Amino acid sequence: VTSGVAVVGIGMHAFGRHDGVSGMDQGVVAARRALADAAISWPDVQMAFGGSSAAGNADTMVARLGLTGLPFVNVANGCATGGSALVSAANAIRSGACDVAMAIGFDKHPRGAFAPLPADWGLPDWYGDTGLMLTTQFFATKIQRYLMELDLDPALLAEVAAKSFRNGALNDHAWRRKPISREEIAASPMVSDPLTQYMFCSPGEGGVALVLARSDRAGSFPAPPVHLASAVVRSRRAGSFEVFAPWLSPGGLGGRSGPTRDAAAAAFDDAGVGPAEVHVAQIQDTEAGAELMHLAETGLCSDGQQDELIRTGATEIGGRLPINTDGGCIANGEPIGASGLRQVYENVLQLRGHAGDRQVPGEPKVGFTHVYGAPGISACTVLVR
Amino acid sequence: MGAPVNVVAEGLLAGTAEEPVLLGARSRSTGTTVFPGSLVAPGCAAEDMMPVELPRRGVLWSFTVQQFPPKSPPYAGAQGEAFRPYGIGYVDLGEVIVATRLTVADVAQLSIGMPVELVVEPFGDQVTYAFAPIEERS
Repeated sequence: VTSGVAVVGIGMHAFGRHDGVSGMDQGVVAARRALADAAISWPDVQMAFGGSSAAGNADTMVARLGLTGLPFVNVANGCATGGSALVSAANAIRSGACDVAMAIGFDKHPRGAFAPLPADWGLPDWYGDTGLMLTTQFFATKIQRYLMELDLDPALLAEVAAKSFRNGALNDHAWRRKPISREEIAASPMVSDPLTQYMFCSPGEGGVALVLARSDRAGSFPAPPVHLASAVVRSRRAGSFEVFAPWLSPGGLGGRSGPTRDAAAAAFDDAGVGPAEVHVAQIQDTEAGAELMHLAETGLCSDGQQDELIRTGATEIGGRLPINTDGGCIANGEPIGASGLRQVYENVLQLRGHAGDRQVPGEPKVGFTHVYGAPGISACTVLVR
Repeated sequence: MGAPVNVVAEGLLAGTAEEPVLLGARSRSTGTTVFPGSLVAPGCAAEDMMPVELPRRGVLWSFTVQQFPPKSPPYAGAQGEAFRPYGIGYVDLGEVIVATRLTVADVAQLSIGMPVELVVEPFGDQVTYAFAPIEERS
């Protein structure tokens, strides 16, 4: 008999820059906080799944957390590392392999843009040598095309980023905690047209851990239970337009398949919930244009509807579809291993009603998360109170 | 009018230095064209790829300008004071859309749908491929 899965403990080490603190130690702090939140101790955790992109092997954390002999599986799945750890932990519970599991992600990246090596991504050296292998270029060219196809106003980009900084200012775990006006965002240095510096998130540091348990036992933990109705990871299809794509199939962006569309549709289907029923969502905002495009790719709105949503304040914390209520990647930065779990952490807080100054009003019951990253991978969850 | 020499990679370019041609590959079974060349078809890994010369002209599908020097490695171009922003884009060649450097780094001179043509461009002490607006060279 399979059981549902609930998130019964959440822990975070603040995102940002923490000189002198290793990425793994940030993960350990997050793990201890998640255990405290669930009112359990490390020996109660029967299986763990976790990873980082640039801060070491998660399983070595047992030296700090406790040498209990538990199975601890390292997950290395790029931007979906956290999401994949979560899927693995949830599947372990569903399969009956354990009753209590932890999913954990942490990271610590050097300053500046990511500098991937082509060979690690199955690409020829010249692609990186000649300066074509930057995530920033992908997002810039994609939003440039999207704005043209949908005839959207590029001024929306600064609006999206301004909301991220406003929300980040309400979040004591965020890296960027100062509101920045849309005028200042638009006037910041151009990184890759049409995207300016303040429209981008930066690689950063941080850690997040989640304690998962069988739904039918969730009542024995102190916090209000939040059920993981679905957790899905998808990779790309042939010819789709993705980060680190030297080529793509002919045609426009419209109707093009992609891991985000696939993962979001599967997550909603598995959960038996439709996008229109979502009360709060955290979606991948590597830069402001990504939030615009992912709103439609996840099914939360139709292509082109973003203009109305943003101009009417629907995506604000008090709006009908609050997006990136913790400031998203733009205000929190992107420690790759932790980023997807940060979104789940935020939705659990929101569904518990514990989000403080940034609490979505009206007792939200359904939360959605979405990660997208190289080389064309997406992870989505639906959480239900 | 010899073949392009000192190219950043073998098998990337054919034709001549004046009229270079990008080399891709096409699957005999699915018809899908890929760039750069590949031994296996995308999505199904069929080992039925044949090398193809891609069209020299296309239209700009999207573009941006790389305003800061990419980290090295992997970037092998100029760093620091010597760095110059460069255009990058995707060019629709009909059967496939390819990533490329652009000869123009000024967004005011670039627009989606504009006709562009393949050229050989100096890159350090080697050459690579780039696309240039066709008007610019007429």
